[in-house]
Amino acid sequence: MKKFINRPEDAVKESLEGVAAAHADRLRVFTAPDYIVRADAPVPGKVAVVSGGGSGHEPLHGGFVGPGMLDAACPGEVFTSPTPDQVLAATKAVAGGVGVLHIVKNYTGDVMNFEMAAELARNEGIEVEAVVIDDDVAVKDSLYTAGRRGVGTTVLAEKICGAAAEQGRPLAEVAGLCRKVNANGRSMGIALTSCTVPMAGRPTFDLGPDEMEVGIGIHGEPGRERRPVGSAHEVVEVLAAAIVEDLPFARGDEVLALVNGMGGTPLLELYVVYNELQRLLGGLGIAVTRNLVGSYITSLDMAGCSITLLRLDDALAALWDAPVNTPGLRWGA
Amino acid sequence: MSDGVSRLGVAAWLRAFAAAVAEEREHLTELDAAIGDADHGSNMDRGMRAVLGKLEGLGAAGGPGAPDGPAAPPQGDGGAADVGSLLKTVGMTLVSTVGGAAGPLYGTLFLEMGKAAGRDPGAEGPAADRPAGEGRAAQGAAAEGAELALPRWAAAFAAGVEGVRARGKAELGDKTMVDALAPAAEALRAAAAAGLHLAEALRLAAAAAEQGMKATTPLVARKGRASYLGARSAGHQDPGATSSWLLLRAAAEALAGDEGEARPGAPP
Repeated sequence: MKKFINRPEDAVKESLEGVAAAHADRLRVFTAPDYIVRADAPVPGKVAVVSGGGSGHEPLHGGFVGPGMLDAACPGEVFTSPTPDQVLAATKAVAGGVGVLHIVKNYTGDVMNFEMAAELARNEGIEVEAVVIDDDVAVKDSLYTAGRRGVGTTVLAEKICGAAAEQGRPLAEVAGLCRKVNANGRSMGIALTSCTVPMAGRPTFDLGPDEMEVGIGIHGEPGRERRPVGSAHEVVEVLAAAIVEDLPFARGDEVLALVNGMGGTPLLELYVVYNELQRLLGGLGIAVTRNLVGSYITSLDMAGCSITLLRLDDALAALWDAPVNTPGLRWGA
Repeated sequence: MSDGVSRLGVAAWLRAFAAAVAEEREHLTELDAAIGDADHGSNMDRGMRAVLGKLEGLGAAGGPGAPDGPAAPPQGDGGAADVGSLLKTVGMTLVSTVGGAAGPLYGTLFLEMGKAAGRDPGAEGPAADRPAGEGRAAQGAAAEGAELALPRWAAAFAAGVEGVRARGKAELGDKTMVDALAPAAEALRAAAAAGLHLAEALRLAAAAAEQGMKATTPLVARKGRASYLGARSAGHQDPGATSSWLLLRAAAEALAGDEGEARPGAPP
């Protein structure tokens, strides 16, 4: 394992200290329990938006704390859900008197820990709504599994809900927008290499030099199939086909396209992927009217990418365009 | 002889469970590596070490010579006033230290047990199952928070298991902790209804949990990360059911001879 860390067990803590040092002007970082809040929290009269999850997906979620996006983020250990005391502390720190939205990725641990935190917060008189994001089309959704995983759509939901909250919309409406984003967003990823969890010290799974894992999860969970590495053109065909047919996206749709790097893939390649994606969607009569290209929901050092498509209407597009000022995403501010 | 569970008994139980988890740490992690994310052993061990810290200063340390105990002043919630509040402290400790899915599940088990242990049994259904004489004695003792007789203990455990079921939205046969916990709760209930002694009831509960744990092996997981594997999850014993069996086995070992701190936890 080659990583820029000191001791594996200190990596999360020291990274948080780095975040605090780098962004002291706009973020406040708390430890024991760990959470990050925007510097001016709580904002009275504004719905607060809180998310969190295991570390290792940066900039998700801590990098998206700031005006126009998240009020707070709760980082757990690497790939391990944050605990309820963290989420409760963050919720209390940002509650502005008109309720708090929890945006939760659909993993068993995350869902239960956020549920407990929401119960504890309600016991203390804070109104909490939780929306679970489950957009990964690689996983079969059925009564007999934990359901689809939450991946790229989470980034878009955090941005759009953060904008709505910033505009002073009430909790029910912000939560409704979150459900709408989840209902209209679909994702799938592909890995060229495994990631290596610092505490484990070796790759999470083995992938041959000429293989790729189609439908990879952001913790290295297996996907739909393993197949020989293809060209960017072929990779985009596979991912886009699965995503488009799932919703389904149709001719005439306007979409936001997120081409996301998994942590170990250069931007050069992500733009090659984006180019293929826009061309392919154009051929299907689907117009990409907004895009985001870069590494926003990562899996440590995994080489790979994911594609997320979100069907837009004017309301969602306007919220996407609204100002945002966070370490990981910034425009109009 | 008192045939109930005191807070010293609960402390002895948790120490025995912590020791079992530490001993089986690698085994639990191996089971989890097969169908989950390979951290159940280390997560539970971290949580139970934190629980041990909370138990410091509370009664016997679980071995011979223990009555002398640590002379240091109680730390954390070592001075918890009764069984119910001790169980709740344990629950909150696990919730905030274990992480993942096991944290909320084990945390909920103890939190709900603690809540139920603190409730007036006269107001609830399960009290009817109890032999009248013993019930009255139990109620009196419990009011002082000193000791829970078997019927009340069984009801508290059942409430804990119901909490786990609700938290995880899991049913029997989903290949989860519930597969070990629910049969144990039922065995305790039946033993209490039959008027058995605590030691015998706990032995039956541990046996039921072991059977339930073993029965998870051929099952296809329907909850948690293992469910993503679909049919590939069959053929592996569930790690959560395994740690739950350790919990019940620890109870049979540590609580069976519970008379406060007089008897140094002899195995059955």
